[in-house]
Amino acid sequence: MNEPEQSIILLYLILVGVLLTAAGLIWLERRLLGLWQDRYGPNRAGRFGSLQVAADMIKIFTKEDWIPPFADKPVFVIAPAIIVITTLLSFAVIPFAPEIEIVNLNIGLLFFLAMSSLSVYSVALAGWASNNKYSLLGGLRAAAQMLGYEVFMGLSLAGVIMLAGSFNLREIVEAQRNVWFFIPQFPGFVIFVIAGLAETRRIPFDLPEAENELIAGFHTEYSGMKFGMFFVGEYMGVTLISALIATLFFGGWMGPLLPPLCWMIIKTFIFICGFILVRASLPRLRYDQLLSFGWKLMLPLALLNVVVTGAIILAAS
Amino acid sequence: MNTVFYVSALVAILSTVLVITRVNVVHALLYLIVSFFSLALIFFALGAPFVAALEIIIYAGAIMVLFVFVIMMLNLGQRSREEERLSLEPKMWIGPSLLAGVLFSELIYLIVYTGNTAVSSAVEITPKQVGIALFGPYAIGVELASMLLLAGLVGAYHLGAGRTGNSSSVTGDKT
Repeated sequence: MNEPEQSIILLYLILVGVLLTAAGLIWLERRLLGLWQDRYGPNRAGRFGSLQVAADMIKIFTKEDWIPPFADKPVFVIAPAIIVITTLLSFAVIPFAPEIEIVNLNIGLLFFLAMSSLSVYSVALAGWASNNKYSLLGGLRAAAQMLGYEVFMGLSLAGVIMLAGSFNLREIVEAQRNVWFFIPQFPGFVIFVIAGLAETRRIPFDLPEAENELIAGFHTEYSGMKFGMFFVGEYMGVTLISALIATLFFGGWMGPLLPPLCWMIIKTFIFICGFILVRASLPRLRYDQLLSFGWKLMLPLALLNVVVTGAIILAAS
Repeated sequence: MNTVFYVSALVAILSTVLVITRVNVVHALLYLIVSFFSLALIFFALGAPFVAALEIIIYAGAIMVLFVFVIMMLNLGQRSREEERLSLEPKMWIGPSLLAGVLFSELIYLIVYTGNTAVSSAVEITPKQVGIALFGPYAIGVELASMLLLAGLVGAYHLGAGRTGNSSSVTGDKT
């Protein structure tokens, strides 16, 4: 339905929108953390610290971009780019409104899963290429964690796919005209949110960077804009998972009165704030707890959800 | 679509050659991942987007991550690079080249003399069709594969359980 030129314009608009959101989140997260943890947060640069992002940007761009002599140079340089590229590519399949979507891919959801499974490389390779024991441990943790949580992230979406009968994100949104999928697919929703937290490596799942035991884990050796890419990549990941939760479980662009795009943005921001609230309130897990929680509890639950949803659909048809 | 096919086929061949000739194991793995990407693109161009997505999710996204994981854990250094360099000596190329040459001449023969060229159908195979084929005519294959995977799972569990049992009895540590 999209003309090529229209797609390209949309592509740039969404690209700029996502990057601005990710940059804005740096400020929003720190303000909200301050609010919820009863402290100030950034409040010096500009009104309510709103120019903090600009200050951070100037700092990050002007810092020395140092590559350690003992690092594996090509891999060290590629690693931060991978996370930004895979996350931005995932945004291509998200329908922000009936007409606002870069590609209407029939395997849209699989495309997202493929991109999220590739983002593991960013962290794992960064840890390896740094040639530093702490980084290597962080990279190893990231690989095991993201691989494990990816398995049931895919499974948790199986219920949604069965109900909608399609991998196409637009059709999944259309299928929620009567009832939003978080009601019939509540277990799937909870499992997806937990897997999403683990995929974006945020507290309580930020074991790969655990600053009190691994210093900064996989990005110990990174500085300047390369570190900035991991930093912004994390916020883009949060935005992506929030947009996906809104699309898959909360009816995407649907809602009364306001235009569709507004609803999509409102829903996405609610979930982003939810992610920040989780970070403000939960401690970090221990590593073995994290893995056994994933494999022994979440995976069987996700499988059970698939079986029960399948049985109900079979009985109803 | 033909151009897409030829370009990605070329990338696949080049990256696979680089996989073989790299002495650094992680670099070789990275080229293997690139080769999987180009394979996925070929599947996509041939009208099988579902297979293309699975190629990336399963091969590039899961199996290769496990490879990278193991190699990171072993943390092979200079010594493995030296060993790799030794195994890339010219005389090592003779045997594999002969075998690959036989296969290549067979391929040329099939293309030139029997007229069997690639099927680039414009029809897209949907995930639903793949599912119907898998659980219809090929159900026995799926069952056999699942048994094989179960055997692997039981074996891995046995090895893992034995290892922790031993270490906890030695150190008294239950983590």
